[in-house]
Amino acid sequence: MYFLEIHNIQKSFGDHVAVHNFDFAAYRGEFVSLLGPSGCGKTTVLRMVAGFERQTAGTVSLDGKDISQLPANQRNVGMVFQAYALFPNLTVAQNIAFGLKIAKRPAGEIAVRVREMLDLIKLPALGDRYPFQLSGGQQQRVALARALAVKPKMLLLDEPLSALDAKIRVALRDEIRSVQRELGITTLFVTHDQEEALSISDRIVVMSAGRIEQIGTPFEIYNRPRTRFVASFVGVLNLLEGRITDPTSGRIEVDGRELVVAGGFPKGQAGDAATLALRPEAITIGSGGEGANHLDGHVEDVGFQGSVVRIRVRCNDRMISLDSFNSRAAPPPERGTPVTLSFSHDVQVLEPA
Amino acid sequence: MTKGRLSLGSLLSPAMLGMLPFFVFALLFLILPTCILMVGAFQDQAGNFTLDNLAKLLNQPQLLASYWISIKVSLASAIGGALFGFLIAYAIVQGGLPAWVRSSVLTFSGVASNFAGVPLAFAFLATFGRVGLVTVLLRDWFGVNIYSHDIGFNLLSFSGLTLTYLYFQIPLMVLIIVPALEGLKREWREASQILGGTNFHYWRYVALPVLWPSILGATLLLFANSFGAVATAYALTGSSLNIVTIQLYAQIRGDVLHDPNLGFALAFGMILITCLSNGAYIWLRGRSERWLR
Amino acid sequence: MKRSTLLGWVIFAFGATYFILPLLATFEFSLRMLRGQYSFEAYSVVFGDAQFRATFLYSAVLALVTIVLGALVVVPTAYLVRLRLPHLRGLVEFVTLLPLVVPAIVIVFGYLRLYNSSSWLPLTGSDAATNALLAFGYVTLALPYMYRTVDTGMRAIDVKTLTEAAESLGASWSTIMLKVILPNVRSAVLAGAFLTFAIVIGEFTFASLLNRPAFGPYLQLMGANRAYEPSALAIIAFLVTWACMGLIQIFGRKRGAITVP
Repeated sequence: MYFLEIHNIQKSFGDHVAVHNFDFAAYRGEFVSLLGPSGCGKTTVLRMVAGFERQTAGTVSLDGKDISQLPANQRNVGMVFQAYALFPNLTVAQNIAFGLKIAKRPAGEIAVRVREMLDLIKLPALGDRYPFQLSGGQQQRVALARALAVKPKMLLLDEPLSALDAKIRVALRDEIRSVQRELGITTLFVTHDQEEALSISDRIVVMSAGRIEQIGTPFEIYNRPRTRFVASFVGVLNLLEGRITDPTSGRIEVDGRELVVAGGFPKGQAGDAATLALRPEAITIGSGGEGANHLDGHVEDVGFQGSVVRIRVRCNDRMISLDSFNSRAAPPPERGTPVTLSFSHDVQVLEPA
Repeated sequence: MTKGRLSLGSLLSPAMLGMLPFFVFALLFLILPTCILMVGAFQDQAGNFTLDNLAKLLNQPQLLASYWISIKVSLASAIGGALFGFLIAYAIVQGGLPAWVRSSVLTFSGVASNFAGVPLAFAFLATFGRVGLVTVLLRDWFGVNIYSHDIGFNLLSFSGLTLTYLYFQIPLMVLIIVPALEGLKREWREASQILGGTNFHYWRYVALPVLWPSILGATLLLFANSFGAVATAYALTGSSLNIVTIQLYAQIRGDVLHDPNLGFALAFGMILITCLSNGAYIWLRGRSERWLR
Repeated sequence: MKRSTLLGWVIFAFGATYFILPLLATFEFSLRMLRGQYSFEAYSVVFGDAQFRATFLYSAVLALVTIVLGALVVVPTAYLVRLRLPHLRGLVEFVTLLPLVVPAIVIVFGYLRLYNSSSWLPLTGSDAATNALLAFGYVTLALPYMYRTVDTGMRAIDVKTLTEAAESLGASWSTIMLKVILPNVRSAVLAGAFLTFAIVIGEFTFASLLNRPAFGPYLQLMGANRAYEPSALAIIAFLVTWACMGLIQIFGRKRGAITVP
């Protein structure tokens, strides 16, 4: 049923535990991102699946077979490295052919396969170039082709876009995703860029300090974060702290204003401190509808990002970010303008959780 | 900066004038002395152009033999130094040894590569000479006499000199090759592994091809280094081993060839050989740097 | 990993044996001057020898002169090339590599031909002039190492940006040189200095052919005539070189100190 099964793997380096009881399973053909800040253990997990690190405990199974004890060169997985790692003394074609040559495939078959791969990554004319003659984006595509040439069972990518320019990053990540879809290959993608993970994954595993914080689809991760860490790591988040007035009806006092939260505070009592989480797109300027929540403030900063306008409003001593779409007819407010912010009752309660 | 034509103004700019000490120095103490020898090789006693000196050089079996012996010793110590130096460099970079090994070996290599001349000759006499420590130990503990007829080892010979030269050749190789070995990215080995390759595949198809220019270049550097060495040979074998530098030394000292211009020809031959060797080294280094950009 | 660790240790053991054995043998031999017992007699004879002190002093002083001269030639050159004359870089680097290409014996042969008593610049005419010639010769020998070390040091501290920052703050070029550049390349210069010292102290070819009373020829003389003192001298020479290298490690930055041109 599951294609990749990682059962409770753990990795310790001496006294330091880098990965605690990581347990996860992926379906065949799924694109899964491991997302988290530096040092959270995501690369360690990937390297354990690849076979470059031996897990301290736990097992890894691929397509029903336990590969935990197999050395890296027998696992039949493909890997793309952050620093491309193309062999500098071989041409593009020879790089792509490397795995096939080691497997002693006949020369004719190798040539056909190399041509296929070059077409797949849309660089048909660069077969005779050397890596130092290619741009970063081109090198990474060749690395992808090299990994896929041997038809591996699974593809691993270790922050493949981090070393590239911003523009190329976006184009390349879409290309990686479309290649992956075309081949239907199960993929594990490690990144620290939440926007990247959100835009191309089927599912995301958010990690922090060696543990899994949440597993879910991009929509779930963004709209229903289960921990404060996930909520603040993914996307921009506005946090409102206040005191619960009535837990059943969901009334809470924030900065002298009374707000209403749909669903109430099931885990809280009157008088408790509570934290609300609000995404920028959920807030608008104006009085909103009947019964909407309101907060007052002054416009501190307007960031015109093209189609999206990000306005930062100072409400008492806190900063609220809100996003609105650009409108040709209505320019955004000037700095210093007093404004009223409104948002619906559908607010996430972060604490008490 | 501006790559325009060199005008008088730019030649006299403060920066160029600041370079004057360097160029005057280089001219007086490096370029002119070398040039004058090369010119002298093609002159006779009266100063006219001639190829006679070179002809005489090529016709004197003793001198040709000295070139040949020099080349043999240099080749042997270069290849030996390259081989063992590479092994040691490999051991400290990728051998999984603790960190103190690497830094102490590098420091020691810095010292040993400069430890030539009388001290080195004497150290080897004390070790492998007729009453040297190792000779005596081998005789007393294992009953093996390396100076006997069957084994016929002699420190004051071609093989003894080569053995002694290795003492500064190997460290020199280590110093050159360690940076090259460290330039081998870990990801290359891992990429090779994940594509199904064993250690052998990695070395055969990636690591050795990438290292090859550096190794070859370093060997050439070692060759030139050995070819020009004087002091160690002088202290060890005196004038009994007929290498070019000893010949030249004797010639400069006392004109033993009874023909000063022949000495120039000797020097010219030396320059030619070391120039070729070092030129090839620089070319190879340039090539490997291009790949690894 | 385990297999390569074992191999690593084996190689290291063989290497260590080859390199330490001669030192041990020499040291052991140097202790045998007095029959039947180990003593430092050879060392006391050596230290008591007036020739030893005289030649060592001569070479040490010469080394210091070489270092100063070398720094005076190299530092401004490296600075100017890096800052104002980058198109001369190739030429300058080629020149600094020449002493490695042309053997020392050939260079000194050239000196004798060019600067003998009957030439246009008779530097071998007097003792003082010959000493000067020897010093210049040593600067030549040390040039590749000195230049490489100082150049790497300057690149590491990005002299160009430092100078521009100082200029924008209104400093004159002498202030820049003395107060900004020199203090920052001091460790590189020191590293080059110790390397030069090590080279000059044991140098034989130049000193011998120019007939100067340096340490190198003294060593050769001892080697030819005495039995036990040369091994003591060998140990002393090795310790001096080791001290120089140790000081380089202390004063040199990262791995910029021990480089091969």
